[in-house]
Amino acid sequence: MSMTREPLLLVEKLRKHFTLHLQGGLVLGVLDDVDLAVAPGECVVLAGPSGAGKSTLMRCLYANYKPQSGSIRVHHRGGFVDMANAAPHDVLAVRRETMGYVSQFRRVIPRVPAREIVAEPLRAVGVPGPEALARAEAMLARLNIPPRLWGLPPATFSGGEQQRVNLARCFVMAYPVLLLDEPTAALDAANRRIVLTLIDEAKRRGSAIVGIFHDEEVRDAAATRTFTVRPQTVSDTTAA
Amino acid sequence: MSAAEPILSVRGLSRRFGAIAAVREVSFDLWPGEVMGVVGESGSGKTTLLHLVSGSLRPDAGTVLFRDRQGAMQDIQAMSEPARRMLARTDWGIVHQNPRDGLRMNVSAGANVGERLMAVGARHYGNIRGAAEDWLARVEMDLGRIDDLPRTFSGGMQQRLQIARTLVTHPRLVFMDEPTGGLDVSVQARLLDLIRNLVAVLGLSAIIVTHDLAVTRLLAHRLMVMQRGQVVETGLTDQVLDDPQHPYTQLLVSSVLAA
Repeated sequence: MSMTREPLLLVEKLRKHFTLHLQGGLVLGVLDDVDLAVAPGECVVLAGPSGAGKSTLMRCLYANYKPQSGSIRVHHRGGFVDMANAAPHDVLAVRRETMGYVSQFRRVIPRVPAREIVAEPLRAVGVPGPEALARAEAMLARLNIPPRLWGLPPATFSGGEQQRVNLARCFVMAYPVLLLDEPTAALDAANRRIVLTLIDEAKRRGSAIVGIFHDEEVRDAAATRTFTVRPQTVSDTTAA
Repeated sequence: MSAAEPILSVRGLSRRFGAIAAVREVSFDLWPGEVMGVVGESGSGKTTLLHLVSGSLRPDAGTVLFRDRQGAMQDIQAMSEPARRMLARTDWGIVHQNPRDGLRMNVSAGANVGERLMAVGARHYGNIRGAAEDWLARVEMDLGRIDDLPRTFSGGMQQRLQIARTLVTHPRLVFMDEPTGGLDVSVQARLLDLIRNLVAVLGLSAIIVTHDLAVTRLLAHRLMVMQRGQVVETGLTDQVLDDPQHPYTQLLVSSVLAA
């Protein structure tokens, strides 16, 4: 590969804890001084036991969670945006153009058909309506969503179908940075292989990927390296 | 939303009603194409804030600056009354919680939309009728009802008519006060979908006051949480809802019944 190794995603000294005010101010520590750099073409797989904070780290990267300190710099429009500190409209610009996220949780929008859900991110960056729809349908077809479902809202779809709509919405864009949190959890073997192909294509075109994969086969096939998230102990937390 | 300058800039806005500080020291910027949700329980000051920002109520202190079509920042309080009324008819739109406050109940649906256009100078009957029909179709109204009075409409239809009446003049900034309040859940979903599409397609900036957090997740890019007249938390909508920092926001979020 002839691409530069300059990281597209650079996490430094990231700390995250949760203060539960309704539980008497109980503090749960999750992440402490996390440093992580992800270069183009890399797929970094987060490892660590359940509860270690892998999904919390992922959500911080997408600015869905607000870290206490540290920085999350993302290469965007020729510069860097710090997702931990940027204004909402800058974060949304990064999400629109640069950073895609597939979560294990699916949130469906009432009344909006599958093809519109997948076409929406394309439209948001100015792809004309008919082209956006055509590309959305092509990606839905690739992920084995039958055409008879394209015009229906995914609320009534099976778990696996909803997850594939989610995946289509992400992979229809060629995001330079991809966050994949258990993207194959509800999929059968054939569809898992399709997702692996999509991940492979993203790596080849130089996307920087961070993933959480419960499935060992998917993990081994996708990972270029592993990053271990260490669980915080209670004593660490109270000392903080 | 890549524009470098805000369309609305609010600084230090305060207003008392007797002994009660209804709104205290509120400041924010709104960017072109940005939708901001204002949430908080009844009496938190969110509707008063909307009235202060839209110029229908005078603040005790603070400024509201609005960027006009020429790019100049206009101080809303310093504007003459006719200039402010013109702004309200052209660049601004207000969607009231109760459609009766935003509609004229004794003229037809078509006239409700058409008269907003006439107020900004449209005179050609055919063009006005055409624009009214176009907007009634965009809010999914049956065109067979264009000559009917709004009082014969259901609550959801009245609200869609109010939205058509508000958007026909292509405002750049829209204020919405509980736009889905008092409607059945299925009617709400349809209206939310409609507002969501229109705001995205038209690139509107909007401030939406609501106590319904689910509404903000669908419509708002970012949130401002108010308690006792003060802003206690601001941020990206999904961040405020999924990782609330302030005790009051944590209480609000945890009080929602998950369907």
